[in-house]
Amino acid sequence: MVVFALLLYSVVKFRKRKNDDGREPPQVYGSNQVELAWTIIPILIVVALFMATARVIASVQKAARPDNAIEVVAIGHQFWWEYRYPELGVVTANELHVPVSDANHPTPTFIKLLSADTDHSFWIPRLGGKTDLIPNHPNSMWIDPHEAGIYLGQCAQYCGTQHAKMLLRVYVQSRADFNRWAQEQRQPATVSAASQGQQIFETTACINCHTVAGKVATGHFGPDLTHLMSRDTIAAGAATNTPENLRQWILNPDAIKPGSLMPAMQLSDQDLDALTAYLETLR
Amino acid sequence: MSTETIAWPSTTESSSSFVEKLHEWVTTVDHKRLGILYIAYALVFLLIGGIEATIIRIQLIRPHNDFVSPQVFNRLFTMHGTTMIFFVVMPVLFGFANYLIPLMIGARDMAFPRLNAFSFWMTAFGGLLLYFSLVGANGLYGAGNAPDVGWFAYAPLTSQTFSVGHSTDFWILALLVSGFGSIGTAINIIATTLCMRCPGMTLAKLPLFAWLNLVMAGLVILAVSPLTAAQIMLLVDRYLGGHFFDTQAGGSAVIWMHFFWVFGHPEVYILVLPAFAFASEIIPVFSRKPIFGYPVMVGATIAIGFISMSVWAHHMFTVGMSAAANTFFVISTMAIAVPTGIKIFNWLATMWGGKIEFKTPMLFCIAFLFQFLIAGLTGIMQGAAPFDWHLGNSYFVVAHFHYVIVGGILFCLFGAFYYWFPKMTGKMYSETLGRLHFWLFIIGFHLTFDFMHIPGLLGMPRRIYTYEPGRGWDTWNLIVTIGVFFQAAGILVFLGNLIWSYFRGKPAGDDPWDAWTLEWSTNSPPPAYNFYTVPTVQSRRPLWDLKHPDDPDWKYE
Repeated sequence: MVVFALLLYSVVKFRKRKNDDGREPPQVYGSNQVELAWTIIPILIVVALFMATARVIASVQKAARPDNAIEVVAIGHQFWWEYRYPELGVVTANELHVPVSDANHPTPTFIKLLSADTDHSFWIPRLGGKTDLIPNHPNSMWIDPHEAGIYLGQCAQYCGTQHAKMLLRVYVQSRADFNRWAQEQRQPATVSAASQGQQIFETTACINCHTVAGKVATGHFGPDLTHLMSRDTIAAGAATNTPENLRQWILNPDAIKPGSLMPAMQLSDQDLDALTAYLETLR
Repeated sequence: MSTETIAWPSTTESSSSFVEKLHEWVTTVDHKRLGILYIAYALVFLLIGGIEATIIRIQLIRPHNDFVSPQVFNRLFTMHGTTMIFFVVMPVLFGFANYLIPLMIGARDMAFPRLNAFSFWMTAFGGLLLYFSLVGANGLYGAGNAPDVGWFAYAPLTSQTFSVGHSTDFWILALLVSGFGSIGTAINIIATTLCMRCPGMTLAKLPLFAWLNLVMAGLVILAVSPLTAAQIMLLVDRYLGGHFFDTQAGGSAVIWMHFFWVFGHPEVYILVLPAFAFASEIIPVFSRKPIFGYPVMVGATIAIGFISMSVWAHHMFTVGMSAAANTFFVISTMAIAVPTGIKIFNWLATMWGGKIEFKTPMLFCIAFLFQFLIAGLTGIMQGAAPFDWHLGNSYFVVAHFHYVIVGGILFCLFGAFYYWFPKMTGKMYSETLGRLHFWLFIIGFHLTFDFMHIPGLLGMPRRIYTYEPGRGWDTWNLIVTIGVFFQAAGILVFLGNLIWSYFRGKPAGDDPWDAWTLEWSTNSPPPAYNFYTVPTVQSRRPLWDLKHPDDPDWKYE
C-alpha cells in the first residue's frame, strides 16, 4: 500500500509541466542510507512472515493422529475417485462420507492418497488445502470438519481429457448417521430374485470393470456398484443419479462426459431398460 | 573517441529483387537482422497464442459451454502455454538482446555471429515442429492433433500408456530443439558482454540492460540444460524402454516435477530480467534522471539470479514433500522478494524528483511497476505454503502468473517496442495509436486478470474445460472473458501501429528521446557495422557526457 501510494504520488507530482524550462532535473545517482533502509526493512518483514508460515506448516504436517480418527484410502482414477475404509470394510466411489468432528471429541479423517494412473489432486476448498495423488508416491492429508453438510470440490491436478468432470462430494454427517451409512455400505448386494437385468450385467463386459459385492462381478477398473443407489450422482458428479441419466450413461457415456473411459455398451433398448432396472435395485 | 575507422560497403542497398532480399535475410549473420527476425517470429506466434487464449476464454464464458470439445480445450491450453513461453516471450527477449547489446556496448556484432544465426533457426524450427503436430501427430495418414499434456507435461500423462500417438513427441522435440537454440544464444550473450565491450566500458559502466541480460543468459544455461536432459529422458522412456518417469515400472512422477520446475522457476526470471532491463533503460530516460543506485541494481540482479535457482519446489507444495522441505522453499521464495523489492524502490527513486514525460514507452513502464507490485504480493501469498495448499493449481495461480507475464513482462515489452522502434526502423511510431493501445490493453488486462483471482479463491481449479453452475464462478468468468476482447483490440492496434508507422511514419532521427546509451549515437537504423568509429566511453551514460561536457557523469561515479 505504501509503495503504491508513493508510486502514484511520484507519477502525479513529477510529471513534466507545461511551463517546463527545458533544463534537466537534478541528477541524483543514489543514496546508500536510503537503499540500506529499503533492503533491511523488507528483510525483517520476510523473516516475520517466514516464522509465521513455518509454524503453520509444522502444525499441519506434524499433527498427531488421534486414536478415534477415521482412516480412508482415496485412490484417484481417470476420471473418478475410489474410497476404501479399511477399518470399516467399506468400498465406495466419488462421494466421501465422514463423521462431523467437534473440539471436545475430535474425529478427524486421515486420508491416504494413492493413484491408479496419472496425477490427481484432492481438493475440497472449504475443508482444507489440496494434496496430490501421485502414482508410486503415497501421500496423506487430514480434514477435521466441524459442521455437517455437503462439501463440493474437484480434482485439482490436470489428469487427462475429463479432468474437469472429476468432481468430489464430501458428506459430513453426525456420528450416528455416519455409523448407519457405514453399516449399510458393509452389506453385500441384497437383490432378491435373479432378474433379466442382472443376467445382462453379468454376461457382458460390465463385470470386467465393476464390482457388485456378493455377486460374480468383481472388476476393479470402474466404481464399485454394490450400493449404487445410495449415491446422489453418477459419473463422478457429472450427472444426478436418476434412471434417465443412468440409462443415458450406459447408452452413451460421451453424451454426459466426453472422453470418459466407460465404453458405450451397444445394448438394445429392451436390454438397456432391463439393465437400468437391475441397477436401480442396488440399494 | 577512437581514431580507428573501419569502412566497408553497406550490405543493405546491394539487392533489389525479392528473392535476393529473402536470401539475404535467411543467410544473415548480422545481429540486428537476427534480432528483427526473432522479434517478427515472436509476433507471429503471439498472434497464434493469443487466438488460442481467446478460444479458451470463449469456452469458459459460461458454465457448460460447448464452444470446443474437452479434447480441443486441453490441446489449446497446452499449446497456448508452450507457445507463449517458448516461442513468444523467449524469442522476443532474445531478439531485443541480440539487437541492442552490441549497440549498447559499442561492439560491431555479437561474439559468434554464425552461432547466433544457428540459434535463431533452431528456435524457429522448434516452433514449426510444435505446430507441425497439428498435421503429423497421428502419423501422416490421418488428421493430426496437438499436444494435450499441459505446458509442464507432468508424468505419467506423457507416457506411451496415456499419450498415444506422436503429439507428445512433437512437444518434446520442439522444446529440445528450441532449447539448443536458447543455450546457444545464452553463450553468445555472455561472450559478447564479457569480451566485446568498447574501450573504457568496464563492467561497472555497463548499461543495466546488458547486465540484466548477462545474468539472464547465465540462468538460461543453468535452467534450460536440465529441461533438455529431462526431454531426452522422456524420449528414452517413450521409445527405448526407460523407466525414469514410468510409474508403472517403478519410475517417479515427482522426479519429472523437480526436473521441470528446476527449469521452470528460473525460467520466470529468465523472462522477467530482460523486462527489468527494458524498464531500467526506459524509466531513467523519461524521468530525465540516471538510474538510482546502479551498484545496488546490479547486486540485486545477481542476487535474484542466485536465489531463483533455489525456489523451484514452491511449485510443488501440494505433492507431499516433508515439512522441512516445504519450509526451506518458503524461505527461499520469500527471500527473492527482497532484491525484487529493492529494484522496485530504485525505479521509484529514479522517477522521484525527475521530470516525467508520459510517452507511450513510459506509460507501459509505469503500469508495469503497479502491476508487478501486485504480482509480487500475490506471489508472496502463494510462497507461504499453507496458502498455496489452498491456492495452488487454482485460477488464483493462473491470475498471478499472468500478472507477472502479461502485467509485468508484456507491458515492459510493449514499452520496449515503442522505445526502440525509431532506432530499428528509423521511423517514429504514432503516439496516438500507441496511447490507444495502452488504454485498451490496460483496461482489458485488469478486467481479465484482476477478476480471475476471485474464482480461484472460490475453488475453481485451472485447466478445466467447463464448470458446474452454482459455485459462484459464473459472473467472474464472464467479466474475465470480456476483458480478453479489449486486450485483443489493443494487440490489433499495436500491430497496426507497427505496420503503419514502418511505411508511413515520420523519420525519427538518430536520438528521438534525448537518451544516453550508445545505440542512440549511431544512425537509425544503424549501419551493418553499427558505428563509424568504435566509441570510447568514460561513464555509464556516454551520451550524457557528450551532451553536457560541463557536467559529465564520470565526475560522480
